[in-house]
Amino acid sequence: MTTPILSVRDLRVGFGADPKTNEVVRGVSFDLAAGETIGIVGESGSGKSVTALCVNRLVDFGGGRITSGSISLTRADGSLLDITRADERTLRHVRGRDVGMIFQEPMTSLNPVHTIGRQIEEAFRLNRGITGRAATNAARDVLERVRIPDAASRLGYYPHQLSGGMRQRVMIAMALAASPRLLIADEPTTALDVTVQAQIMALLAELREETGMAMIFITHDIGLVAGIADRILVMQGGEVVEQDEVGAVLDHPRHPYTRHLLEAVPHFNSGRAARRDGKRGGPAEPVISVDDLVVRFPVGRRILKPTGAVHAVDGIGFDLLPGETLAIVGESGSGKSTTARAILGLSPKLRGTIAAHAGKTRHPVQMVFQDPFASLNPRLNVENLMAEPAIANGQRKSAALRERMTYLLNRVGLPDDALTRYAHQFSGGQRQRLCIARALMLNPEVVVLDEAVSALDVSVQAQVLDLLVDLQREFGLAYLFISHDMAVVERIAHRIAVMYAGQIVEIGDAAAILSAPQHDYTRRLISAVPAVERRHRHFTVDVTQVPSLVRPAGYEPPPAKWREVGPDHRVRMDAPA
Amino acid sequence: MRILKALFRHPSGRIGATVIAIYLVIAVLGALGLTPHNPLKPFPLDRLKAPGGTYWMGTDLLGRDTASRLMLGIGQSFIVAFASVAGATVAGTIIGLLSAWWGSLWDGILMRIMDVLLAFPAILLALLIIAIVGPGPMTSITAIAIVYTPIFARVVRGPSLSLKRREFVDAARTFGSSQRYILSRHLLLNLVAPLTVQVTLALAWALLTEAGLSFLGLGTQPPAPSLGLMLSESKNLMQHAPWLMFFPGLTIMLGILGFNLTGDALRDILDPRTQGRAS
Repeated sequence: MTTPILSVRDLRVGFGADPKTNEVVRGVSFDLAAGETIGIVGESGSGKSVTALCVNRLVDFGGGRITSGSISLTRADGSLLDITRADERTLRHVRGRDVGMIFQEPMTSLNPVHTIGRQIEEAFRLNRGITGRAATNAARDVLERVRIPDAASRLGYYPHQLSGGMRQRVMIAMALAASPRLLIADEPTTALDVTVQAQIMALLAELREETGMAMIFITHDIGLVAGIADRILVMQGGEVVEQDEVGAVLDHPRHPYTRHLLEAVPHFNSGRAARRDGKRGGPAEPVISVDDLVVRFPVGRRILKPTGAVHAVDGIGFDLLPGETLAIVGESGSGKSTTARAILGLSPKLRGTIAAHAGKTRHPVQMVFQDPFASLNPRLNVENLMAEPAIANGQRKSAALRERMTYLLNRVGLPDDALTRYAHQFSGGQRQRLCIARALMLNPEVVVLDEAVSALDVSVQAQVLDLLVDLQREFGLAYLFISHDMAVVERIAHRIAVMYAGQIVEIGDAAAILSAPQHDYTRRLISAVPAVERRHRHFTVDVTQVPSLVRPAGYEPPPAKWREVGPDHRVRMDAPA
Repeated sequence: MRILKALFRHPSGRIGATVIAIYLVIAVLGALGLTPHNPLKPFPLDRLKAPGGTYWMGTDLLGRDTASRLMLGIGQSFIVAFASVAGATVAGTIIGLLSAWWGSLWDGILMRIMDVLLAFPAILLALLIIAIVGPGPMTSITAIAIVYTPIFARVVRGPSLSLKRREFVDAARTFGSSQRYILSRHLLLNLVAPLTVQVTLALAWALLTEAGLSFLGLGTQPPAPSLGLMLSESKNLMQHAPWLMFFPGLTIMLGILGFNLTGDALRDILDPRTQGRAS
């Protein structure tokens, strides 16, 4: 092994007035050779970000203090520097020039009032002393290197004019401006869509080949790091529990926590793990059927008349049978959440029919939202939260109602004494169970689950999914399950509808779609799913952008043409442009 | 109770709350007639006595005890301040809440009316109202209430706009909850914290406005004492009997300080970012 570019020894970091008693990193050691990539994996609060922030001492600004240990960095001129003892002046030179960094949320890391060109030029000026025309040229070159099409004209764009993936590319370009020998990437793709995530990961892998820089890649997703890291560091509670070559960690994990992480990650099996129960048999009366649903939001209002409209949902249709799960998958902006909101009457529909089977109750469709904290009023206790649906429908607080609330709370796995507590006294998973129990108060026939497990930690996610499947069998519920996560969808869906740019492009049996996707977009979506099993696959950089959904006023898309692929599998022939 | 406890743990909250508590006790004693001397009956023999043994804060031109008159005056000023702020809170909350809830056209109309009211200096608007209906405590209450209504409307409207878009309101709609239920349970209940802070701070301003109106002879009418009226009566005797000006002035100042300190402390305590510590 060559001399390491970075060597961390017994690093300890604490926070607060007495850092020694409040340590969040406890004795971390690792070496990083030039050109090598190390992945730091752990759940929230494991100390993985703090460890990385020590390497350029940004941790100081967050109130952290390095209490002991050493971090020796080999600088560009070959000298060794102990970061833990360096003064602020030296550190300013280290940041950027020796150690570059990209963050999770590119929008907050870019200055919204300057063009991206100016911001990249500034990075060149500060780190390399390049100014004027030379800086502009350098900025254009580096934008081309991060595969931004039409780089010269993009220099004049402001951050808000770019998509999330583009912004993250700009951040990478700024980090590259200084040609750092070490790049720290702190959850760089967590805020991005799955296909964009794949693009960024491919870009980082290619840049690493081109520049030979070393990388520290921090993530909570062990499947994501599998494809890019040479070695993996698994952290739990501020300590490194396992550290080895990527193959060794993934194939022969020694520590129980690593095994737990690997098991909890939802595995994507290309349809082989799709549900076998509750398949569509003969004809049955649907509990909900949607036909030609259109939702548009007017934009560019010019003296009373809007000049155009966002075609959020553009003529979609599907039906849902009792006891069946239809998953609507797609990326942000594809219209899947708007569809859910329109079905519940929360978004106004322009036209189309939503026929809910008039069953036993007045509100046969109920919804569980993505963020369980936001969907529970913080000032009400659980008893009031649970009673609200019943009271809204003319019931009174009675012993019978209390009994039903307790029954449902127990059914979703919450204790009896939950009734007197408030939402903030529960964990994220418990709050989502509470939301599920509340949605069941009115005996619904359909439950719309809008990214209902996306905000949960992986192990909690698995438990909530199991609960949902159990409840479906017990109460004969139909689910409309909205998600961007193909691995989660595979576990719960009977049927899948793939949405792209406001339209359904492929719909049918889950196993059929996941094993043999027909539409180009479905294929892209499926191939972008990161997975431990797929680490040997090589991703190619692809810069496909989602088309704009803003159309001139009065525009109507041409009617959809469908092709039947299988008994329950249809795909659109005309791809929406 | 939890908030009261937190208030006494907060350094400036402790001082502010103590001051207000003392004022309230004095006001009650004054209202019950438990004053050292008769505050309204003139004693011509004891005119303009300097502060001393019998009269702690001296006497005025008619020989009335300043301390006793202050006790009564605090009560008078507090009644006006509390009543006007109560009125402004109710009116402002309703206007702000409905403005945010109905949105678009109604929001525009209601908030522009509030803007017009807000454009006038408080005392000027009060003068205008008094000029129309004539002076007296009821007029002061109405005038001050109208002046402070737009402030409450704004304080309520802002958070209501964001609360209205919160997911728990969407969730309530999916159950079919009534508008009244959503407004009271989901919006108003979450506005208690900013309203409490605003009420406390408005009390300080109402106290000052009441003193100002009485000083100009437009509020409380003699012989009933009020803090502003006492200041007004003292202004010609400033050099002969400075205590007549000093004690009412100090009373007003400390009262406002008390409410402001309490308001600042409540803002710290009820701030959502420190909520975790407070609970």
